[in-house]
Amino acid sequence: MMQGPLALIAEVTHRCPLHCVYCSNPLELSRQQEELKTGAWAGVFEQAAAMGTLQLHLTGGEPLARKDIARLAAAGRAAGLYVNLITSGVGMTEQRLDELARAGVEHIQISLQDSRAEEADWIAGTQAHAAKLALAALVRMRKLALTLNIVVHRANLDRIEEMIALAEATGADRLEIAHVQYYGWALANREQLLPTRWQVEQSLTAVEAARERLKGRMQIDCVTPDYYARFPKACMGGWGRKIILIDPAGRALPCHAAGVIPGLSFDNVTAHRLRWIWEESEAFQMFRGEGWMPEPCRSCDRRALDFGGCRCQALLLAGDAAKTDPVCELSPDHAAVQAAIERAQEAIQNSSVGAGQVPDTRSNALELIHLASIQTEWRYRTNPSRN
Amino acid sequence: MGLAREACPRLANGCRLQEGAASGPVLLMPERALRLNPPGLRILQLCDGKRAISEILSALSAEFPGAQAGRLEEDTLGFLERLHATRAIDLE
Repeated sequence: MMQGPLALIAEVTHRCPLHCVYCSNPLELSRQQEELKTGAWAGVFEQAAAMGTLQLHLTGGEPLARKDIARLAAAGRAAGLYVNLITSGVGMTEQRLDELARAGVEHIQISLQDSRAEEADWIAGTQAHAAKLALAALVRMRKLALTLNIVVHRANLDRIEEMIALAEATGADRLEIAHVQYYGWALANREQLLPTRWQVEQSLTAVEAARERLKGRMQIDCVTPDYYARFPKACMGGWGRKIILIDPAGRALPCHAAGVIPGLSFDNVTAHRLRWIWEESEAFQMFRGEGWMPEPCRSCDRRALDFGGCRCQALLLAGDAAKTDPVCELSPDHAAVQAAIERAQEAIQNSSVGAGQVPDTRSNALELIHLASIQTEWRYRTNPSRN
Repeated sequence: MGLAREACPRLANGCRLQEGAASGPVLLMPERALRLNPPGLRILQLCDGKRAISEILSALSAEFPGAQAGRLEEDTLGFLERLHATRAIDLE
């Protein structure tokens, strides 16, 4: 029998009080009226557990926007799943947190936009930074596992040490340093978000030092952003291999962004058994295994390591989801990635006011980036339409 | 970096042993899971925050008499160090 998904990502709503410029939700959001009801989600969790799924990620949007979030957590736990809650903290109260802990939430992940409130709040398009830090303290007091996820990009990457120090001060068990991934909302804002190679290299050095210093106290996960890596990431651990994502309306997707791939239809858990969707539906079989691979993947020694990279990125950057991920240096479409990197470098040089010289000190560069950022037109994530 | 023999390991916050899983016993952790073989499971069952590492080692050598003493100790300490580095166990 085919191995089932190890993790189920449940996007229980697309409603969110934040409007982050790099949100991983699709540009086309599910409406509240379409959202699966409590019982339907519970049925999905039971089916997943029966297929060997271990982890449930309750996410959104903002999962706290659902009044039944504690009942959803309880349903996941009752099915035998490990329950992770990924939240901005907006909408959390002590009472609600107690309710969630009693329901069986074991791990709370809070994403931060920056170490500084002002910067964090303009990225999020709302004031949320303080709420997040308050929640971190409450989580620690309840002895739940706490992960902070800091999303990094050109405008904040130079503050990585400050961000690590902030995470340390909250007493988080884990810190994920997540480079913005360029899909959907983030791709629309890529010109402003993509860091330079220099920034990335400096940050990786800082992370390595912190990892050594904090060993056994705070685990730090950080991956080289794929635009600057030689080879692509093993996106989602391979298509239809480890992860299944259910969107608010019940559509099952192999990843957050797969909805952008034209011609691919996604079956709904209200119409089909999860096992059938996983094993037999067209969407999950489309890029599973190696049969779909073109050259240079087909004969590449790394094909079992990175599975050809990300299908959505191939579509977005090379125009065809069945091509090699263009971030790979072996891809015939790699020039698209290099051009984006060059534009990032130029953007920083052009923002150097006056003398026309490249800003060469950290603080100077940071100041200029910040000035450029607040003068830029961002494309903020919207909320689902109401009709 | 070695762990002190007098330290008492316990499962860290948010880490849980699931022994009845369909696919065999697993250690469930934030974002991760570790499938356990019988000795791995036994080591984690002994990580109750009360037993010192030295006591865990003696308990294991009594329970796995076939194991070569030096090897058992080395493997157990290596396993505990990895768990500690990834925040699966904390030391009391």
